[in-house]
Amino acid sequence: MNRRESLKALGLGTISVAAFLESCKPGNEKLAENSTGNTGSSDYDGTRLPKEIERDKKLNTEKFFDAHEMATITVLADIIIPKDDHSGSASDAGVPAFIEFIVKDMPDHQTPMRGGLRWLDLQCLNRYGKAFVDASNTQQIEMVTDIAYPLKAKPGMEPGVSFFNLMRNLTASGFFSSKIGIQDIGYMGNTVNKWTGVPPDVLKQYGMENV
Amino acid sequence: MNDVQIKKSATQYDAIIVGSGAGGGMAGYVLAHAGLKVLMLEAGPYFDPKQSSSQLRWPYESPRRGAGTHSRNFGDFDGAFGGWELDGEPYTTKDKTEFYWFRSRMMGGRTNHWGRISLRFGPDDFKGHHIDGLTDDWPISYDDVKPFYDNVDRMIGIYGTVENIPSEPDGIFLPPPKPRLNELFIMKGAAKAGVKVIPGRGSVLTEALPGNKDRGACFFCGQCGRSCKIYGDFSSSSALVIPAINTGNLKLISNAMVREVLTDKEGQATGVSYINKDDMQEYQVSGKMVILGASAGESARLLLNSKSPAHPNGLANSSGVVGKYIHDSTGSSAGGWLPQLLDRKRYNEDGVGSIHIYGPWMNGNKKLGFPRGYHIEFGGGMGMPEYGFGWGIEGMNGKVPGRDGKMKDPGGFGAELKNDYRRFYGVGFGMAGRGVAIARADNYCEIDPNVVDKFGIPVLRFHYKWNDDEIKQAKHMQETFQHIMHEMGAIYDPMEGPETNYGLEAPGRIIHEVGTVRMGDDPKNSALNKYSQAHDCNNLFVVDAAPFVQQGDKNATWTILALSMRTSEYILSQRKKLNV
Repeated sequence: MNRRESLKALGLGTISVAAFLESCKPGNEKLAENSTGNTGSSDYDGTRLPKEIERDKKLNTEKFFDAHEMATITVLADIIIPKDDHSGSASDAGVPAFIEFIVKDMPDHQTPMRGGLRWLDLQCLNRYGKAFVDASNTQQIEMVTDIAYPLKAKPGMEPGVSFFNLMRNLTASGFFSSKIGIQDIGYMGNTVNKWTGVPPDVLKQYGMENV
Repeated sequence: MNDVQIKKSATQYDAIIVGSGAGGGMAGYVLAHAGLKVLMLEAGPYFDPKQSSSQLRWPYESPRRGAGTHSRNFGDFDGAFGGWELDGEPYTTKDKTEFYWFRSRMMGGRTNHWGRISLRFGPDDFKGHHIDGLTDDWPISYDDVKPFYDNVDRMIGIYGTVENIPSEPDGIFLPPPKPRLNELFIMKGAAKAGVKVIPGRGSVLTEALPGNKDRGACFFCGQCGRSCKIYGDFSSSSALVIPAINTGNLKLISNAMVREVLTDKEGQATGVSYINKDDMQEYQVSGKMVILGASAGESARLLLNSKSPAHPNGLANSSGVVGKYIHDSTGSSAGGWLPQLLDRKRYNEDGVGSIHIYGPWMNGNKKLGFPRGYHIEFGGGMGMPEYGFGWGIEGMNGKVPGRDGKMKDPGGFGAELKNDYRRFYGVGFGMAGRGVAIARADNYCEIDPNVVDKFGIPVLRFHYKWNDDEIKQAKHMQETFQHIMHEMGAIYDPMEGPETNYGLEAPGRIIHEVGTVRMGDDPKNSALNKYSQAHDCNNLFVVDAAPFVQQGDKNATWTILALSMRTSEYILSQRKKLNV
């Protein structure tokens, strides 16, 4: 199979991937099928193990954050990554739902997130007499500013700084791995192409023509 | 299960191969093409990358955005079924030592996700005793293996460049991928630091493989680790096992966990017993010979669990060496980022899924305070964003002036932070050393007398410690990385120190474990002869990394392939003697 055929195989040519896969099935596949225990499960699609499929199903039926916590996460995520001229906000990209899933998938995040949200609400109750989501926009930004800059944070704010670092990291991960975020960051790969090296204008820009 | 019985098959195969990874796959390929009737047993499911790869999926197609899980340690799209822990299949360690055992239960084994970095052992890697007296020589030399390396190159395909470095023998190469921008910075910095860097060597078809119509040429998605739908890289599944099945001479039984190699009164191998994971029934199959390619750990385990009156110490173990001399490559790594690349231009630089550039060991055996060397693998650039993207920006965005030329407080939020993520995209790079660990008799695996897995098979217990040689080597790696990164003009953290053994990964973590059923001329201190045939049982062979006497600073796969091909050709030449 040469390059052109490879490209075709992936649907960039005239034939579809499905047709290609069908046409390329090994002639002797029956022998393999006759072998005992090929799949082990009826919903095994070859890429996921049955236990992985079951686990994802189970995680999707569970709920970790309550409505108030989800509301707080949504406000925070959109403060961290707001809509701008280039792209939508964190919540436009589905970040809160991603965070709900990932803490179920990675239980180590659960206590820092739940405890951090609680810490934030108590701070706001003491300061403004309201939970974070019920505080005014100005108050929310004031609160966030106190925990968003690790080197500037005042004594006593450390738990908030740790929580906000985690929240910022999860928000960025969720946003930039979404469809909106990948377009925003300008990742151009994950597609059929031919790598021929750094483009000449870029080589020139960095003085790397002769390396 | 109140009705345990063993189902015996009437068919006698010419050869039974246990395992379908690089070693088992190559043996199956050669023997099936020569017309032998071969039965291959694989402990996991059938797997064909063409149908089952996650290649070209986007991170948002994974609910965890590509992050790893307990059952897929290297990410949600990774090609390997398995990992450091398998449910119901434990292993243990002894005397508070550490070993981590990565197992892939699937057709093709660990070759479905590996890094495709494909290196020949050099002359001194086979015969290194003269260097410092610390290692035993192999019973074979580079010249014995060279023709098989050449054939593996032609048959499977490898890119690289002819460099005439004695310790890095050249092969028959396809063109290598060009360096990415970050890698050019690495090359420039390394040159200033006096560290040689050459084009990478990997088993990816950067051009169509001459004479092969079944495998496609690489289309540069950089996702070899997911396994390749067009077979553009080497996996045992796509390049060996499926072609072997297609000869009509090899039958694969998947989900077959082998329990024991069976022998007769004279001690000759007669077949194997296995448990079928689907029906949980016990089976026995018979063959004129048995070939183990189950991995260094599993092959040793199988032999030690195959005790009989003729082989009271375990099969092929009259010497007592089976399980001993296990050694993994050393590994230590570092990374940083290039402020020169902030706000860089976007283009697709996925490249190949193996290394673009490679740092061979060029320091010979200078008085360094540790015996042997290491190579360096490099990478970096504008990768696909996934779980972990942007992590730790609060440690980066305060270190350089913003677009307005002013320094700012690290961390932050809002439109300015969003811009920082864009600004910092693609500036990162990493480097990792992979070095020689000395094979030592007191690093070993053995059967844990107290523990069985869920199939009732006694499990392996590991006893493995690094010593000062490896720790000092890791220190040298860290110092070298610091030097390179300094010369690159990079921003990076201080080096790993003594509190982490200089970043030295725990034994097993590099997944290069070899040496558990070593070959040698003397049956008193080796289990196999120079063709990987058991001294104690001439119709038993081992074709994975277990026969290695001493690893070089090279990844094991290319040598597994070459040695398995050599053993298979030996088997064909001995057919009469072996009554096959």
